[in-house]
Amino acid sequence: MTIIMLCIQFFKTGLFSIGGGLATLPFLYEISDKFGWFSHADIADMIAISESTPGAIGINMSTYAGYTTGGIPAGILASLSLACPSVIIILIIARFLEKFRENKYVDRAFYGLRPASIAMISAAGVNVAMVALFDLKAFQASHFLPDFFVWKGLILAVLIFIGQKKIKIHPVAFIAASALIGIIFKF
Amino acid sequence: MNEILDLYLTFMRIGAVNFGGGYAMLPLLEEDLAKKKGWVTREELLDYFAIGQCTPGLIALNVSTFIGNKKKGVAGALAATLGFLTCPVIIILIIAMFMKNFADYEIVQHAFAGIRVCVCVLIIQAVLRLWKKAVVDRTTLILYLVIFFLAVFGKHLIFAVPTAVLVIASGVFGVFFGKGGGESK
Repeated sequence: MTIIMLCIQFFKTGLFSIGGGLATLPFLYEISDKFGWFSHADIADMIAISESTPGAIGINMSTYAGYTTGGIPAGILASLSLACPSVIIILIIARFLEKFRENKYVDRAFYGLRPASIAMISAAGVNVAMVALFDLKAFQASHFLPDFFVWKGLILAVLIFIGQKKIKIHPVAFIAASALIGIIFKF
Repeated sequence: MNEILDLYLTFMRIGAVNFGGGYAMLPLLEEDLAKKKGWVTREELLDYFAIGQCTPGLIALNVSTFIGNKKKGVAGALAATLGFLTCPVIIILIIAMFMKNFADYEIVQHAFAGIRVCVCVLIIQAVLRLWKKAVVDRTTLILYLVIFFLAVFGKHLIFAVPTAVLVIASGVFGVFFGKGGGESK
């Protein structure tokens, strides 16, 4: 019974959290309060874990909650429930687009959607940079401009930027190298 | 059948290294799917991200479903989405079983501080490459700047606008003032 409830709750989370990632948080807190499958502290831990593992926080939290309530099968079921609405809704939209992609108005909508899309992606880049390359807190504490920059991070960023242009290897190689450099130079 | 398996494995690989959320997926998709395999165009990727942002569900899953569907219909959509889910689910199960304090290890924190720098650069480079597919004239440039500003600083304003609303508004703006020619086929 719990497992069915679990699936319903994470299906609901998948259905109503628009924009993904942190948009799932309010739903997770609600589930925590109502059902007690995981605590608020667990959510905080999961945010940290999600930042240190691949995958979105919604997937991670649903897997974790499922596992703690019903073992491995429930963990898998809960994350599948979360993914369900995405698949259904996008399939419907994709059918619609196949029919109307040549439509003048749909085409014009994409004229506006694309700059918005790239703006959101840029904003995501800025958000990562504010954590990885800049340290606003240290600067506010000291008012000493050099404290605003995470120097090790900036040097690595420049190296990756040049490296990506010069060496044609897969981005994953750069991700792995960055992890190693982070460990060796204590980022 | 082989194409379905190919979709599953490709998205499994992407899911395994997709650190830093849905948008961090873009550089990987661009390299593997747009450049190497030619499954999607760069314009389509941008379209999928825009739609994935303002529809329910996680962006990464929405984009996976879109690409899978384009390649092989419903079966393809399921293969891509399940592929993307595979590694994160396995990793979290392992963490939940054996190492709940995973994120507290110093070595993990250093590694991910390094990874974040790389993800940041990869996203910036993807933006630079995709820029001219989206920002084609002065109107789109202004639209870009407005949305970018609201997305970055919006949370400090009195009225925080949800990003989904921003994206939908841009689509509506396009319908009324757009020039078409966003052909991606």
